[in-house]
Amino acid sequence: MLELNILLIFMILGALIALEVKDLLSAVVALGASGLGLCIVFLILKAPDLAITQLVVEILCLIILIRATIKKDLPFSTSGRWVFNTIVSFVFIIIFLYLGYLAIKDLPPFGYPLMRISQFYLDHAKELVRSANLVSSIILNFRAYDTLGEATVLFASVVGVMTVMRKKGRKKLEEKEEDEL
Amino acid sequence: MNNSYLPYFLCLVFFCVGLYGVLRKRNIIKIIIGLVICEYAANLFLVLVGYKMGGRSPLYSPDQSILDMVDPLPQALVLTSIVIGLATTALVVGIAIRIYEKYGTFDITKISKLKG
Repeated sequence: MLELNILLIFMILGALIALEVKDLLSAVVALGASGLGLCIVFLILKAPDLAITQLVVEILCLIILIRATIKKDLPFSTSGRWVFNTIVSFVFIIIFLYLGYLAIKDLPPFGYPLMRISQFYLDHAKELVRSANLVSSIILNFRAYDTLGEATVLFASVVGVMTVMRKKGRKKLEEKEEDEL
Repeated sequence: MNNSYLPYFLCLVFFCVGLYGVLRKRNIIKIIIGLVICEYAANLFLVLVGYKMGGRSPLYSPDQSILDMVDPLPQALVLTSIVIGLATTALVVGIAIRIYEKYGTFDITKISKLKG
């Protein structure tokens, strides 16, 4: 899996550039490079549905972020407890890396998963659902309630975005209509 | 470190890059970028756990020579998670745009000084 490791390193480099570059638009574009690398990683990991979804979501995410960053400045201030904050952040990240390393060692090795639950889907999905695509048979049949919850979260988020981004409040609009009358 | 755990470890480093962005950056857009990176790393980790060496994608086809399939369950759940990630990103960016309109800056230290 050499190509997988190379792509992961490419994604890490893209993320570092996205965080460190001064220009906000360049940062967003570097994040896009990282996300499209993730799309290719999904293809290598034999997940074509995920790769398609990731491609669409990545492009939408780029459009949203560019809308937020276009013609905006990036003030860089080193005031405050700069050294203290940096040291605390790095200590926390090193502790996190060490604990993650300890946890990873207890996982099954890469490429040999425990498939206790999924083996049922692999064996019976063909007779029970009659769908050629196992992923869609899981999200739309075996675990359809999970997809319902996802749709609920999605619409709640859309309502939240519309509420936050509305230019005029409803009360002001009503007052304006009364004034016109 | 054993070579078979290397993708997990690289994924962990990828997550830590995002964590660094969330913890250390002052600019709201940089914090959002760090959040998106964390989300990518979490999705990637779940798919990595379900990969089977030498397997093929979980699609039935009439004539198939490889019988092993990769684990379809993490893929189905990550498919849900990616879409929810887009929704949360849109919400956070919306709030950031409103903050910029109100305070005229993306710097979180200046925003906290103004106090509404």
